[in-house]
Amino acid sequence: MARNVSTRRKIVVTVVAWTIGILIFFPILWTFLTSFKTEAEAIASPPSLFFFDWTTENYHEVQSRSNYFLHFMNSVVVSFGSTLIGLIIAIPSAWAMAFSPTKRTKDVLMWMLSTKMMPSVGVLVPMYLLFRNTGLLDTRTGLVIVLTLINLPIIIWMLYTYFKEIPGEILEAARMDGASLSKEIIYVLTPMAIPGIASTLLLNIILAWNEAFWTLNLSAAKAAPLTAFIASYSSPEGLFYAKLSAASTMAIAPILILGWFSQKQLVRGLTFGAVK
Amino acid sequence: MATLHTRSAARLMIAPSVLLLLAWMIVPLAMTIYFSFLRYNLLMPGMEEFAGFSNYSYFLTDPAFFQALFNTLAIVLGVLFITVVGGIALALLLDQPMFGQGIVRILVIAPFLIMPTVAALVWKNMFMNPVNGLFAWVAKLFGLQPFDFLANAPLMSVIIIVAWQWLPFATLILLTALQSLDEEQKEAAQMDGASAWSRFIYLVLPHLSRAITVVILIQTIFLLSVFAEILVTTNGGPGTQSTNLTFLVYAQALLQFDVGGASAGGIIAVILANIVAFFLMRMIGKTLEA
Repeated sequence: MARNVSTRRKIVVTVVAWTIGILIFFPILWTFLTSFKTEAEAIASPPSLFFFDWTTENYHEVQSRSNYFLHFMNSVVVSFGSTLIGLIIAIPSAWAMAFSPTKRTKDVLMWMLSTKMMPSVGVLVPMYLLFRNTGLLDTRTGLVIVLTLINLPIIIWMLYTYFKEIPGEILEAARMDGASLSKEIIYVLTPMAIPGIASTLLLNIILAWNEAFWTLNLSAAKAAPLTAFIASYSSPEGLFYAKLSAASTMAIAPILILGWFSQKQLVRGLTFGAVK
Repeated sequence: MATLHTRSAARLMIAPSVLLLLAWMIVPLAMTIYFSFLRYNLLMPGMEEFAGFSNYSYFLTDPAFFQALFNTLAIVLGVLFITVVGGIALALLLDQPMFGQGIVRILVIAPFLIMPTVAALVWKNMFMNPVNGLFAWVAKLFGLQPFDFLANAPLMSVIIIVAWQWLPFATLILLTALQSLDEEQKEAAQMDGASAWSRFIYLVLPHLSRAITVVILIQTIFLLSVFAEILVTTNGGPGTQSTNLTFLVYAQALLQFDVGGASAGGIIAVILANIVAFFLMRMIGKTLEA
């Protein structure tokens, strides 16, 4: 009897949860489906969910009209570039703070976090002028520099919380066994640090890929990543839903897949280790 | 263990990050403060002159400023309310045993991973458009007049779009916290005859308080500077009905080329963010210590 009730309950919960889940996901599903319609079908009334003539025309069109691949590469270079440079700067810092903490380590960490609280718009004007005067406006280099700086505190915090969990005794044990410093780094530290570094890398690529304040304000035609390129669809000419959908699908697909694989790390990273 | 040698090595390893962030904090901010006291328009180069506090008094007496201040708060509070309440409800639901839980979770998380410009344009065109949008079609299905969301309720539309993006974040974090609740405690409460409601109020909610605080803190930081969603949907309008502080400063700087005025606005935005951060940190300090 009790078992019967709990099975029925489970079915009800399943139906409710799936309905809500699909509703929340629907705008993305709809974008994906629309990207395979013709422009006429995209605004047809009544709209068709699956039963239309599937076409990949829009994807070709988006590429040939606007050199989509260039903007895609801009996104790749800017997000990977800023993340890798950020990691190179952050790894030693996080390492030092995790393994030889001083009285001020906590304060330094809190201060770094507080730099994230400064609204970007407070420094928009000088950044724009500095970039204009140094020729960094609308360049990949410029965007990499800014994104590295704005995400550096998050990278350091994430790495710090991961490194903190590596037991210090293991290093001492290795030293007792006569491991040299280079052996210690290669065989003991690196394998233990890699999962944390990988999660940090992943999360930060997601953040940098989707960053839409500086990319919109500091780039134009040449260096515009996908965030800025898609924004150009806000003043459309003629029918464009299907093309917007195709461009959007390609822009969000890689990050969606990356994000789904790193759900757990997402929580940890975004809350600076406060929720695990 | 920490000899003098390793300590100075540690300092050397931390130095690059600290110096970079220090420079990033100080240099542009100092420039903004300097510009905010100048009469300086990019369309009239070479005409810069000291202007005292006139940029500030101009910005602070501009009716658009109060509208923007109100809109900024409305966006932050509106989105926080929807995402925290909705997030708790969704987390409680997803914590129940069901078939295909992993897939539902993947579906729910997705909006958070979408770039803001895509999210905003998809909602604007394919859902909220009064002629071709899906909402208009649904309204006609029920014999109703389609509602022009972005023209008649621009601020609410922006709030809906932003809330859709942040609901997954709140849900994911609250769900993670919920799953760390001791199963035995729940069972003990149930055995003692506590109703579902009182279990929620006295057991679940206190357990979630830390996660809720974290959600509020992190979302507030991002919600104070919502920008892309406004830029591609309403462009701040109609009039200034959906302009927030970030957008107002942007418009002053890059559309009016008024460097002095925009800088004053930027400094005001920084001061306001600091006030919010101060109260937030105090509130959070209390919860996190407990």
